[in-house]
Amino acid sequence: MNYTPKTYFKHILTAAFIAVLASFSVSAFAEETAEKAETKTEKKFDAGKLIIEHISDNHEWHILGEGENAVAIPLPVILYTAKGFDCFSSGKFHHGEETVESKYKYKLLEENNHVVILNEAGAVDEVATAGIIDISITKNVATLLFSVFCLLWAFLSVAATYKKNPNQAPKGLQSFVEPLIIFIRDEVAKPSIGAKYEKFVPYLLTVFFLILFNNLLGLIPILPGGANLSGNIAFTMVLAVITFVITTINGTKHYWHHIFAMPGVPKPVLIILTPIEILGVFLKPFVLMIRLFANMTAGHIIALSFFAMIFIFGEMSTGAGLGVSVVSVAFTVFMGLLELLVAFLQAYVFTLLSAMYFGSALEEGHH
Amino acid sequence: MELVKPAIGLIFWMLVTFSILVFILTKFAWKPILAMIKEREQTIENSLNEATKARYEMSQLVAKNEELLNQAKEERNQILHNAKEAAEKVKADILVKAQKEAEEKIQMAFREIEIQKKAAIVEVKNSVGIMALEIAEKVIRKELKSNNEQVEYVNKLAKESNLN
Repeated sequence: MNYTPKTYFKHILTAAFIAVLASFSVSAFAEETAEKAETKTEKKFDAGKLIIEHISDNHEWHILGEGENAVAIPLPVILYTAKGFDCFSSGKFHHGEETVESKYKYKLLEENNHVVILNEAGAVDEVATAGIIDISITKNVATLLFSVFCLLWAFLSVAATYKKNPNQAPKGLQSFVEPLIIFIRDEVAKPSIGAKYEKFVPYLLTVFFLILFNNLLGLIPILPGGANLSGNIAFTMVLAVITFVITTINGTKHYWHHIFAMPGVPKPVLIILTPIEILGVFLKPFVLMIRLFANMTAGHIIALSFFAMIFIFGEMSTGAGLGVSVVSVAFTVFMGLLELLVAFLQAYVFTLLSAMYFGSALEEGHH
Repeated sequence: MELVKPAIGLIFWMLVTFSILVFILTKFAWKPILAMIKEREQTIENSLNEATKARYEMSQLVAKNEELLNQAKEERNQILHNAKEAAEKVKADILVKAQKEAEEKIQMAFREIEIQKKAAIVEVKNSVGIMALEIAEKVIRKELKSNNEQVEYVNKLAKESNLN
């Protein structure tokens, strides 16, 4: 490998980043072990809880261990309450064991990882809790920021390469992304949208690469990955809503005419048809949201289920656990490969359907 | 249920970061990249078109050359043909002229001969006349001697001076 000052700098940056993360987790870990090491009780393995915990969002980035001995990266908690913004590290919750005193007395609920406000008596203050707007940097938000950073770095450097060697054959990262870019432009945008496709290509490309990157990141079980961002309904909802907004803004007269009064249909039928068409307008982005969410979440659930089987059988007997582990690993590898395909497929499907909705909105009257 | 309840925090961050991502990527990545790809595609297309055009022009040139060559060949053939024809004509002319001249010469010779012949005949006639006169003179002179003898003599003379 060629070590130029630039690569050195990059390595130093990476090392520094890892060191910062490590110091967080190690300090958290050290506190944990010092405090309560011997109060550990035998707990029954709960596969459902494990799976839900893994696929849902969290205020800390869990790495290994469980309960009070867990090793996790604490993430910042940012709350907007009646008393204004409140910001502290999620490490202060000690994985939900302790309350945090700030403008209010906060507690992290174990069952759904929500921050609630406790009143003087130590019970949940429902009124104050309802007023919380939680914009914490959770695991998913951190993953989102990380992926945005990665995408910006990747594509800005690719753009720089294009500017540096104009009219040259692509190389490096450029030769990996160029076929995808051309694919989105020529096979997704052009045929689905039609003549005015160029305006939508940047959005489609961004959506495609963001979903693809997060799908792939979700397949990595440890640190940069591990979150289930593209299988989170808030993530898919925002993308679907933006697609819906773009579709609606760009809707031509012809498009609206088709929705409210389908030409060539008798008036009595319109009474039934128009509500269906109007419903369809909202149903399309809704389906878009559900499809990506369900596909990615299902993939995670299946992979985790296979692993959970090892522990379920392991509780019965160690031998059974070991025996099942071979099968589980084989199945998980198979699922991993399938998920790799699904990662590309779902990113493609989301982009293609968005493009088709734009195309239908832009369609001019000619049948 | 927790799974299908979109969290407000993630929605907020998603809206903010996604908007920034779309904005920055569109401005600094997608537009330049797409423009560059388009430019490159156009360059390649233009180059290919130019190559095709050049090849076409080459073939045109070759065809033209061949045509020129063929034309030259035809012209040469034409010239040769014309030359041959001209030569043939000249030859024929010369022959005709020669024949005519020869004929004229022959005619002239014939006429000369005729003239000569006529002159000779005139001369012969003159000589015959003179001879006849001489004979007649001699006969007359003999007649004076004998008649019989005279006739004989005349015959004899006539025999002697048999014409031709």
